[in-house]
Amino acid sequence: MKCDLCNKPAVVHEVQITNGVKRELHLCLEHAAQQGFASLSPLTMQAVSTRVGSAAVQSPRCPECDMTFAQIQQGPHLGCPTCFDVFDTAVAQLIEEAQFGGRRHVGRRPAGAQTDLAARHESQRLMRELEAAVSAEQYERAAEIRDQLARRSRQDSGIGSSEDA
Amino acid sequence: MRPDRTPPLARGDAPEGDVVLSSRVRMARNLADEPFVHRCDELRCRRIVGMLRQALLRGDLDEDLTWVDLEKAPGHERQLLVERHLISRHHAETTMPRGVAIAHDETMSIMVNEEDHLRMQAVAPGLQPERCLRRLLQLDGNLETHLHYAMHERWGYLCACPTNVGTGIRFSAMVHLPALRITNEMQKVRQAAKDLHLAVRGYYGEGSESSGNFFQISNQITLGVSEEELLDQFQRVLIPGVVRYERAARDVLMERQRLAVEDRIHRDLALLQSARLIKADEAMRRLSSVRLGVCLGLLEPLQLETVNSLFLHIQPAHLRERLGGTLAPADAQGVRAELVRQTLSV
Repeated sequence: MKCDLCNKPAVVHEVQITNGVKRELHLCLEHAAQQGFASLSPLTMQAVSTRVGSAAVQSPRCPECDMTFAQIQQGPHLGCPTCFDVFDTAVAQLIEEAQFGGRRHVGRRPAGAQTDLAARHESQRLMRELEAAVSAEQYERAAEIRDQLARRSRQDSGIGSSEDA
Repeated sequence: MRPDRTPPLARGDAPEGDVVLSSRVRMARNLADEPFVHRCDELRCRRIVGMLRQALLRGDLDEDLTWVDLEKAPGHERQLLVERHLISRHHAETTMPRGVAIAHDETMSIMVNEEDHLRMQAVAPGLQPERCLRRLLQLDGNLETHLHYAMHERWGYLCACPTNVGTGIRFSAMVHLPALRITNEMQKVRQAAKDLHLAVRGYYGEGSESSGNFFQISNQITLGVSEEELLDQFQRVLIPGVVRYERAARDVLMERQRLAVEDRIHRDLALLQSARLIKADEAMRRLSSVRLGVCLGLLEPLQLETVNSLFLHIQPAHLRERLGGTLAPADAQGVRAELVRQTLSV
């Protein structure tokens, strides 16, 4: 499939279904970056629907706190918990330097962390399924998965909804 | 809080108390659904303060905590808390909504909206990091049933600064190293600490200078090592190593330069007992010498607890509180000298 804005192959695909009306967006890497899809990580894919039509950005940004990696490097504070996943590779390097090679947490976890971990694995499975659906151009299926992810996110943050009840 | 009261960390009979003034364990935690403090606007900071204040003042935490709203507290009160090591200088000086919950005996304080949403610390006199850690883990376990912490599968407890991720725990010991300073061995201590990934800081922690030959030594690594391993290294190996080194230096001084050392200590004591004006730096320096004399058994019946307390009571905000909240800077030297004179002339 080609980019909506030029003839290059589209690598970012976005589908929105509002009141039963489907709207698709397909962009090449260059135009995706101009539209604000600076990273192709699953996490950014999850956040894309809020970014359509936003101003072009020059540096990867965290969709949660709007922090850029350039700011983190100057800091060196991260902006929010989501930054750790958005800038995962670069953050890993920063942390390993700061921790003299420490690579993984081995200490205690909250009592409910086992549940959190299971929930996280399920979210990651859904992310992979979302990517596969997008690759296969099964956009309605992709939209369903995205809605599932959004529901999980709301449940995690303790925000209920009438359809969940 | 009673600023004139003997501080809980001053006890003279604490474990390794001749070298280790106090132990401190600090735990950093953040909320999962909020940006880190430096990315929060005023409204959000205020909401976080409200939420965490409520969680900290619950009756089921097994801690008797009092809340201090630092946004409203006057500057001299915040300075008093800094001098008592209950909040950091950064926490005292920043302007955003923030607060601190303090245990009635001042051996625990929980800063809200410092660099992280929660900075919890427990302190104990002498070398007692395990006691501090157990108390903090208990508090943390109770709090996490009410709060949703930012936790990452790989990075553990998430913090604003990469230097704190993982356990979020920093052990520190306030050590008094006058003999190592006199024998010019401090550079070796600093190098050894660096090799062992330990930070050596001043009397008020990060960014502060050494005062009165006090140094704060803390672990730099918080990731890839468990809380228990950190405790074990700190309590059984690292700090005891520093204690042995300082004691050995004291022994060498007494063997080779006994008269010179005694002369120095007695001169410093005599000056403190007679001065009419004295600056904080000079008082700290001479008190350090007197503290060494007490530990070497040269100044009986002067008690270690008396000297330990003076280090705190001669600080500016404490002097001010002593006089009922009014003290012109020009008068501080005179008030300080009088307090020292009275205390040491027993």
